[in-house]
Amino acid sequence: MPLLELICPAGSLPALKAAVDHGADGVYLGLKDNTNARNFAGLNFDEKSLKEGIRYAQGRGRKVLMALNTYPQPATLPRWHKAVDTAAELGVNAIILADPGLMGYALKTHPDLRLHLSVQGSATSYEAVNFYRERFGIQRAVLPRVLSLAQVENVVDNTDVEIELFGFGGLCVMVEGRCLLSSYACGDSPNTFGACSPGHAVRWEQTAKGMETRLNGVLIDRYADHEKAGYPTLCKGRFEVQGETYYALEEPTSLNSLEMLPEMARMGIAAVKIEGRQRSPAYVAQVTRVWRAAIDSVKRAPEQFKALPAWMAELAKVSEGSMNTLGAYYRPWK
Amino acid sequence: MQLALGPLLYYWSREDTLAFYEAALAWPVDIVYLGETVCSRRHLLRLPDWIELAGRFTAAGKQAVLASQTLIESESDLKALRKMVAWVSTPSQALSPRGGGSGVLVEANEWGAVRLLAEAKLPFVAGPTLNAYNPDTLALLAELGAVRWVPPVEMPRDMLAAMPIPEGMQTELFAYGRLPLAFSARCFTARHYNLQKDDCQFRCIDHPDGLVLASREGEDFLCINGIQTQSAKVMSLAHRLGELNAANVDVLRISPQSRHTEKIVALFRALLDGSLTAAETPAKLAPFLPAQPCDGYWLGQAGMAWQPERHLEGIAP
Repeated sequence: MPLLELICPAGSLPALKAAVDHGADGVYLGLKDNTNARNFAGLNFDEKSLKEGIRYAQGRGRKVLMALNTYPQPATLPRWHKAVDTAAELGVNAIILADPGLMGYALKTHPDLRLHLSVQGSATSYEAVNFYRERFGIQRAVLPRVLSLAQVENVVDNTDVEIELFGFGGLCVMVEGRCLLSSYACGDSPNTFGACSPGHAVRWEQTAKGMETRLNGVLIDRYADHEKAGYPTLCKGRFEVQGETYYALEEPTSLNSLEMLPEMARMGIAAVKIEGRQRSPAYVAQVTRVWRAAIDSVKRAPEQFKALPAWMAELAKVSEGSMNTLGAYYRPWK
Repeated sequence: MQLALGPLLYYWSREDTLAFYEAALAWPVDIVYLGETVCSRRHLLRLPDWIELAGRFTAAGKQAVLASQTLIESESDLKALRKMVAWVSTPSQALSPRGGGSGVLVEANEWGAVRLLAEAKLPFVAGPTLNAYNPDTLALLAELGAVRWVPPVEMPRDMLAAMPIPEGMQTELFAYGRLPLAFSARCFTARHYNLQKDDCQFRCIDHPDGLVLASREGEDFLCINGIQTQSAKVMSLAHRLGELNAANVDVLRISPQSRHTEKIVALFRALLDGSLTAAETPAKLAPFLPAQPCDGYWLGQAGMAWQPERHLEGIAP
């Protein structure tokens, strides 16, 4: 079983190459449509760039994991089936799925294709993980960012499915796959459309009161002149509750669990995932380089591992809102 | 078409909760969902209490369903789930495989519960957070023992109408109430009071219909209910009875609220009995809504939209 593989985001071919060049063990990517949960304009792969990406990564001994992690719908089911077929034909190392129906299709049509359970599948217990194992033979599960490290360990101890954890990047505060806030506000949800707070619903407006960001008309945040305006992801806006204005759900902050690497190694976490397919190749290069060094260090001498200040400073530069959190891994965050 | 009283999503005092269900015994609903689905820390009623209520509703001629936890995080959450499944699978409970008044079912709200229920060969209700968005997943649920399913609350009419429903499977739609939209490890009510979840002091008990979250220009947007985030607006589909019938909906779910639930139920019953027309319902329901209504999801639009005058015709190809 692998230990602490570094899985990095590839929103484009240049990002894929940056990840591979800076030490990723694997990259994850998606097609240019709503079959994956980063369906944003200008991102992702067509067949030609996918072939080139696979050639580039696999030629250097790295893996390509393809995310097909949205939920197929009756009218468009063939699109998801075709995407599974494409992944199998082009020889990706695994596909990352959320929908059990689609897992059934993949297993039946391409029995040798390796299946990973996406974070969008919302499996937070070993009973759920083992369901997908028994039924579809999944080999790895990515856990939602809601469990404390002790709870993660309980999952690891009770399944032989490899467990992958999010290590760094944008932080979903809700259980992935079970968040409909975006569709409530603007009609498109991560589950079916493949994007949260999609670009077409976003408005930025400089007003007398400050820069305002809106999602389908709903004011998500308003920034004073000295504040840096962020993307209006709706769980990270400032709202009023009982007359108090604050980040009622979550601050604009990034997950950074780097200091927990020795614990993850001890528990036998198979892989660490870096979030950010919507980010630039420069981001991917920078984050991959730091995490490669950190993982190598923890594998070499877990007892002596220290999260070096230089690494943390490097990561802080590219964090959302320049802030980091341990998220749910650290229980008091809850 | 049948009426269901959905699981109580809020945390009320034991006294208020028991009084609510005492009254509900006499309400004209066919199905009652019981149990805590939101937060495992809530404890004023425990499984034996819910089981006792299930027995009383069964005796009153209604189908009782024990609804399971939506977010399973710990071993103790799993233990509670296993206890629930074990109780329902006890032969002395005289299960009827189709429910319908004599047996108690479990509503599975995540796939771990599905695994346990399928293993125990128990019929179950597939809850809205199982994410059945397509025929293959729905067929799988049927194969595993689901006898009723609740589509994701965001599912539009056209998607629902395009779903082939497996033989013997009932469709239950979330038809009234603040929409459960998201779940988190974090408790937003505790966060509001600057408390940690592990020491939340159960402040959600002070907010029997949740805590409204408004935009900075005063637009009511969401509603905080512990680890659950709901819509501030109240989903209401009563005025769309014709469309619900045409989409083969079998059961309408009414989500409990702290006041007027009895009146809401009575209005839905009058609608199903034909003594109230669909067009009349928005005005009749209005005095009993805790907030503005919405019906956008059904139309395939933003969930918060409200367009009662817009009617859907035909089924998209």
